Amino acid sequence: MHGPAPLVAFGGVDKVFANGTTALKGLDLAIEPGQFVSLLGPSGCGKSTALRLLAGLGRPTSGRIDWPGTSGRPPEIGFVFQEPTLMPWATVFDNVRLPLKLKGVSKGQARGVVEAALARVGLAGFAGVYPRELSGGMKMRVSIARALVTSPSLMLLDEPFAALDEITRFRLNNDLLTVWQDNPLTVVFVTHSVYESVYLSNRIVVMAARPGRVVADIAIDAPYPRTEAFRTSDLYNSHCRAVSAALHQAMGGAA
Amino acid sequence: MTTRDLDDISALDRALPVLRIILPLAIFVLVICGWEYVVRANGIPPYILPAPSVIAQTLVSDWPSLWPSLVVTLRLTFLALAAAVVGGVGLALLFAQSRLIELSLFPYAVMLQVTPVISIAPLIIIYVDNTTAALLICAWIVAFFPILANTTLGLNSADHNLVNLFQLYGASRWQILWNLRLPAAMPYFLGGLRIAGGLSLIGAVVAEFAAGAGGTATGLAFRILEAGYRLQIPRLFAALILISVAGILIFLLFSAISHLALRHWHESAVKREQ
Ligand SMILES: Nc1ncnc2c1ncn2[C@@H]1O[C@H](COP(=O)(O)OP(=O)(O)O)[C@@H](O)[C@H]1O
Ligand SMILES: [Mg+2]
Repeated sequence: MHGPAPLVAFGGVDKVFANGTTALKGLDLAIEPGQFVSLLGPSGCGKSTALRLLAGLGRPTSGRIDWPGTSGRPPEIGFVFQEPTLMPWATVFDNVRLPLKLKGVSKGQARGVVEAALARVGLAGFAGVYPRELSGGMKMRVSIARALVTSPSLMLLDEPFAALDEITRFRLNNDLLTVWQDNPLTVVFVTHSVYESVYLSNRIVVMAARPGRVVADIAIDAPYPRTEAFRTSDLYNSHCRAVSAALHQAMGGAA
Repeated sequence: MTTRDLDDISALDRALPVLRIILPLAIFVLVICGWEYVVRANGIPPYILPAPSVIAQTLVSDWPSLWPSLVVTLRLTFLALAAAVVGGVGLALLFAQSRLIELSLFPYAVMLQVTPVISIAPLIIIYVDNTTAALLICAWIVAFFPILANTTLGLNSADHNLVNLFQLYGASRWQILWNLRLPAAMPYFLGGLRIAGGLSLIGAVVAEFAAGAGGTATGLAFRILEAGYRLQIPRLFAALILISVAGILIFLLFSAISHLALRHWHESAVKREQ
């Protein structure tokens, strides 16, 4: 392999659950620092499983996950789930502060960082509010702010916008791109939307199910910053067509 | 549905807080008046069925002896409840630490719960020398199970993804317990507490009954037994009323505590504007 050392590399990773499900089979995948990678595939193809392995939640049944880019140890990681996954009893401020609190950072020291993270996702005035008072999109922003608060160098997002309406989703797409461009950040983004993956990422890894495996690895070389104009461009459309074709093949050519 | 119907519904909604008080009160007044009338019209003697007015008079005239008994029963109730909270939450925490402990002990907690306390009370009173301690144990047995069962359920009900998030950030077991499992268990615990409050009063009264006139206890149950032997039926009713009112107040107290603790976040306590 040429270029910089990958941040992380899956080497022949299998994941078999206790119930016998083979979620991943022989997964080889190297991710370079600074990439915005989308894992795209039908549901059940092991996207979440791969992401959780990256986060250290669970171990591969066989094979290995190496971190050559950070001298062997996983870097600081931020994780965003499909649901906002907030603590309902805690305010927005306390939810975003959680990762720092768990690391023993005092409330006073955390305040500035938490407020900066909230400002970055456009929730500056909402620190004292409880999650139930927020819309779905705002809850997701809180969840992203929480992932950002430790200044991670790797962000893992598991279909974070799947449950949101299109307008909110587009806005959060743009905000996520801004965060990625403003920081030395590697993103692994799980989605089952061709359009979302092409808009966001510079690399799309297409996966197929039973067993979960990589079937295509497509570079999206359109320049950043990408704006709404990109969404309607011919370039975008041709990428979407290519990725759709790959996904179609991944699903066995079935409709 | 027509606009007219919707208007009616929202009018009912608005009146609900008032109706919640007015309607039971109206039933109460109606029943008391009916009762008074039936007793007076038929000349029923007080040792068969005392009129509400006679019971009220007895409540006032016997207050000097009833009040200390009420205090005795309430003290037993709250001691039993405190012990139930400590025992129930303590055991639930133990269960949360180890599945093996839970599997080993939970059946015995169920056994204690399903055995009618009145049937083991005599044994406990014989084996435990100190009457107060014996009564406390009886009341505790009745009260602790809902706290144990609810808190155990609550500790296990924390969102799986949140647990994963805590693990991702390297949280210790203790941090997960304190910052995640305990807050998640709070609504369940408070629900258990509300039930246990009423049960510890029942447990206290049942235990006093079991100890009976033989014991040195002077709780309300003893007053009821005593009044029964002497056919002082108005006094018996007065003591009964004190127990009911105490039970209602305990329920209201714990409902209020639960509401205050959960008002910011739990669906059971938040006001939802339509
Ligand atoms: N904890 C688990 N236990 C058993 N099977 C699981 C578990 N998690 C996922 N699976 C199975 O593994 C396969 C891949 O799941 P997942 O990674 O969630 O797919 P995706 O995120 O692509 O939809 C599915 O068949 C799923 O049912
Ligand atoms: Mg998934």
